[in-house]
Amino acid sequence: MSELIRKNASELIEMMNKGQVSSVEVTQAHLDQIAKVGDAVHSFLHISADSALATAKEVDRRRAAGEKLPTLAGLPIAVKDNLATTDAPTTAGSKILEGWLAPYDATVVTKLRNELMPILGKTNLDEFAMGSSTEFSAYGPSKNPWDLTRIPGGSGGGSSSAVSSFQSPLAIGSDTGGSIRFPGAVTGTVGIKPTYGAVSRYGLIALASSLDQIGPVARNVLDAAYLQDAIAGHDPHDSTSLTNSLGSMVEAAKHGSLKGKKVGLIKQLSGDGFQQGVRNRFAEALKLLTDAGAEIVEVDCPSFEYAIDAYYLILPAEASSNLAKFDSVRFGMRVTPEGNPTIERVMAATREAGFGPEVKRRIILGTFALSSGSFDKFYGAALKVRTLIQRDFDSAFAKADVLVSPTAPTTAFKFGEKVSDPLAMYLNDIATIPANLAGIPGISVPIGLADEDNLPVGIQFLAPAHKDAALYEVGAALEGILEGIWGKRMMDFAPKLEVN
Amino acid sequence: MSEITPDLVRHLAGLARIDLHEDEVVRFTEQLSLIVDSVAKISDAIDANTPATSHPIPLANVFREDVVQPSLTQEQALSGAPDSGQGRFRVAAILDEE
Repeated sequence: MSELIRKNASELIEMMNKGQVSSVEVTQAHLDQIAKVGDAVHSFLHISADSALATAKEVDRRRAAGEKLPTLAGLPIAVKDNLATTDAPTTAGSKILEGWLAPYDATVVTKLRNELMPILGKTNLDEFAMGSSTEFSAYGPSKNPWDLTRIPGGSGGGSSSAVSSFQSPLAIGSDTGGSIRFPGAVTGTVGIKPTYGAVSRYGLIALASSLDQIGPVARNVLDAAYLQDAIAGHDPHDSTSLTNSLGSMVEAAKHGSLKGKKVGLIKQLSGDGFQQGVRNRFAEALKLLTDAGAEIVEVDCPSFEYAIDAYYLILPAEASSNLAKFDSVRFGMRVTPEGNPTIERVMAATREAGFGPEVKRRIILGTFALSSGSFDKFYGAALKVRTLIQRDFDSAFAKADVLVSPTAPTTAFKFGEKVSDPLAMYLNDIATIPANLAGIPGISVPIGLADEDNLPVGIQFLAPAHKDAALYEVGAALEGILEGIWGKRMMDFAPKLEVN
Repeated sequence: MSEITPDLVRHLAGLARIDLHEDEVVRFTEQLSLIVDSVAKISDAIDANTPATSHPIPLANVFREDVVQPSLTQEQALSGAPDSGQGRFRVAAILDEE
């Protein structure tokens, strides 16, 4: 394995700036790793080797000419396949969009292009980002590089597995209920869901518009900060995009500190019922936070008990509406039944053939939640629970600067373990969902391996809306302490990937 | 006890324009019953006075100046369509013969 691909993104930036390595060399090293482990891990649905190398060459030429380049110029990146790209197919992991070429780039993709980052390809996901394992991808699951028989988390398992198997130093994810943070936790990587509206959603294929947020996937907190700074900012194409700047995440990560920080331990998410190895690492991390000068205070969020239930009404309701656009008229698949069918029958046949089981399940559930007779009892009630969860956060943040919990109740589970039991699958998101319902930012940072299975465990920090910088401060500080104790980085614990 | 029946699943799938196979109707009836029974407990958490929140970040009306901006050409807009002609999306008949 080339030593280049094991470097942090921030190290690669510095090396390229100093002329120690070219962007073509860095990009080619990652393409070589994709060629080597790609089949085994299956992170990518599409690989854009030629255009990535073309961007890299342009960066090298302009750097040699002495031009001032953007901060991340020449650093390769992978993009989740629910972001529209004009030069590579966008499928959202669904058969219904197989081969679709978007007529425009997502704003985040435009920003990556303006940053002169070579885009290595599009990463796998559960169909339309509905799932926690990538088992609902129509193109087959991605594998966890720590153990290829286990899930890499979802929905963004393509991005998490690409970054954790050194196929890409950075990746873009999207988080509707934990789809960046859960994959981060189970692959030993860092994942951040920024404040709702901090990053434009224009060109992101919408799952649930009031919950969706694009964010960074990386192997450490500073690298993630570089990426958030590159993709954040107001976009007139997204009416929910924030108009205020949240400041520099890189500065926050570089000045990580825990001294005097009040860290709220969420009573309802303090680990009851979680896997023992997760609880052990979490308890140790809390001790480290205290030793570093933080004060742990318990906060009570009683409505969190209802968060999953509210989420699995709000999300399907919004998704059933958002996915109505896949109607066989403007893009994607069309299936025409025999005879002389009307357009309605063509739509119904297309959606039957084009959507997978989880998507159908959630569309039907959402249609139920919104139908007359069920509306008040289900969707209406869920919106009220959303208010209660926001109030819980308000009172918690009156006592604490950031809140803390394990990111997920378990480490990576085996393929097939939960795929036929929707309720069991939904429980993976128990700790991550409340942040989406309230629009606040959250980060997952690796804190070591569970004793019973030697698989990664993540800790989650949550901050008030617009205070993303606080997550980078505490995340970087804890990461620094842990790396000091370990004498190496989290990913250095990963077993060698066995590929044929 | 659940209100989810095979007939309701067929009806909802019809509203959502998904032509479910009969084995899916059976499976979804069972799975959606479990899900709906589970999520129904949210009614314990709320009362009539709890206000609803539909959006996480409070937003007032978002306007922009009414100025013509670049947009997709007709060709681009039609580029992903399964069928098109004469600058339009081409679809099957809207009305059946009855």
